[in-house]
Amino acid sequence: MTKIECILRPGKLEDVKEAVNKYGIHGMTVTQVIGCGLQKGRTEVYRGAEYSINLLPKIKLEMVIPDEDVTEILKIITEVARTGEIGDGKIFTYKIDNAIRIRTGEKDDEAI
Amino acid sequence: MRKGYICLVSILTAVLTAIPAFAWADETAEAVTENAISAGDTSFVLISAALVMLMTLPGLALFYGGMSRKKNVLSTIMYSFFAMIVISIQWSLYGYSLSFGPDVQHIIGSLDWVGLKNVGLEPNPDYSATIPHQAFMVFQMMFAVITPALISGAFAERMRFPAFLAFLVLWATFIYDPVAHWVWGVNGWLRNLGALDFAGGTVVHIISGVSGLVACIVLGRRKGYGSVPMIPHNLPFTVIGAALLWFGWFGFNAGSALGANGLAASAFVVTHLATAAAALSWVITEWIHHGKPTTLGAASGAVAGLVAVTPASGFVEPMSAIIIGLVAGIVCYLAVGVIKAKLRYDDSLDAFGVHGIGGTWGALATGLFATKAVNPAGSNGLFYGNPEQVVIQLIAIVASWAVAIVGTFVILKVVSVFTRLRATDEEQEAGMDISQHGEDAYTDFVLSASMNIPGLSVAKETSTVAKPVM
Repeated sequence: MTKIECILRPGKLEDVKEAVNKYGIHGMTVTQVIGCGLQKGRTEVYRGAEYSINLLPKIKLEMVIPDEDVTEILKIITEVARTGEIGDGKIFTYKIDNAIRIRTGEKDDEAI
Repeated sequence: MRKGYICLVSILTAVLTAIPAFAWADETAEAVTENAISAGDTSFVLISAALVMLMTLPGLALFYGGMSRKKNVLSTIMYSFFAMIVISIQWSLYGYSLSFGPDVQHIIGSLDWVGLKNVGLEPNPDYSATIPHQAFMVFQMMFAVITPALISGAFAERMRFPAFLAFLVLWATFIYDPVAHWVWGVNGWLRNLGALDFAGGTVVHIISGVSGLVACIVLGRRKGYGSVPMIPHNLPFTVIGAALLWFGWFGFNAGSALGANGLAASAFVVTHLATAAAALSWVITEWIHHGKPTTLGAASGAVAGLVAVTPASGFVEPMSAIIIGLVAGIVCYLAVGVIKAKLRYDDSLDAFGVHGIGGTWGALATGLFATKAVNPAGSNGLFYGNPEQVVIQLIAIVASWAVAIVGTFVILKVVSVFTRLRATDEEQEAGMDISQHGEDAYTDFVLSASMNIPGLSVAKETSTVAKPVM
């Protein structure tokens, strides 16, 4: 099993979700996050005082999938979430030791 | 001490003996102006003008702002705010003159009243014999303000602010001002025809709603419409906004009697009853259709009822108002909940469904339910033995639809030559608040930010701030 964690533009969430659903992956966890990277941030002005907001809103999408799907899913996410501009986000993968479905006690691939 | 006391007593005596003299002076002043300005009418119309002001800000701003997504709430509010700012000035410069100035060919007012020249503190008996001309002007100003603000519901969340400003001024000048003249101006052609529109069913609601429909089609659907959830971000805002609209609408409709009199009371009562009836019928319809009675439904139904009763409010009896409201709630619900989905146009906050459809029904209903028993200056409608009134109302409806469709289309095409109408996909994704105004309504998500003041700044360089590409 592999955990895929990706940081996405908020506007891309629906597209990515739809694309991986279509492939057959339905379970995921989504978090609203803020962060910075190569993308520099933006300026907001309140009564003439200018602020550089360097942590920008992003979406963190996490899912645990069977190893055989990893290559294909990574390809799908990379294609769908890409705009080509700085700020498209990143994907990280982790090896997962174990997974248990709390309701039934099923383990590993059956649990995800 | 004793000296001071005597002094105080003598001053008091002097003041007290003077009071009857002042009172007497007042009486003569009143006797002289008895046939002119009425204190009661003037105070009522001025308060009504303030009530109608409240409808746009914060009423409509919150009503629409609550329905938008949280990244667009400020831009939605700014549409209403700027309608207030810009149209108030436009109205005093030339708008009032175009609408109510001396008639030119039954189409438009002349420029005789530009800059409020000849609009003084004496009454103008053509419009209102008992209040200062300026009171009438400022009351009408609030109508001119709210009408383009209503349109903004149709193109909210995607129209660029500079394009909105240009559209606002041109639309007020070429659509609102002439139509207001046709219907309300002395010798306007619809007024001469006998079209009944007490407080603005055609002038305010049909033309704003229909213009909204045209604008949302010309601008195209919002980025992600149909795939990304576009749900209201703060329904309590919307409810507060609807309640303020309801409250302010008493000024809108009862104030249109232009006097503190029986007609105003009648307009007040029918306005309230139609609103309650429409909120009821909207909620019951959606309850049957979708299985749940919703808060947004109650708020929307109330506004639909207010819209529908507006043209009829000075001509119908209370029980007719309940029927007008009940029908409005159902018809507007179907327009918003069924027809919009079928035709797939993206009227973001339902300016057309509520104001276009509700206004059309109201204008028609006026031709059905009007009776001279309420207002001898009006006409009887179909149900009171005068089928001709329906025909006249239909002419007024068709004329308003036509001018709104053609006018809005042409204005938007002209504006688009000079500036882009629609925010880019990236701007829409970042949100109109950030992309158009550089602000964020809900800043609790901001954890760290450096303030760029030279000398005080902890930011290394302002050049580290790049264009928002999010």
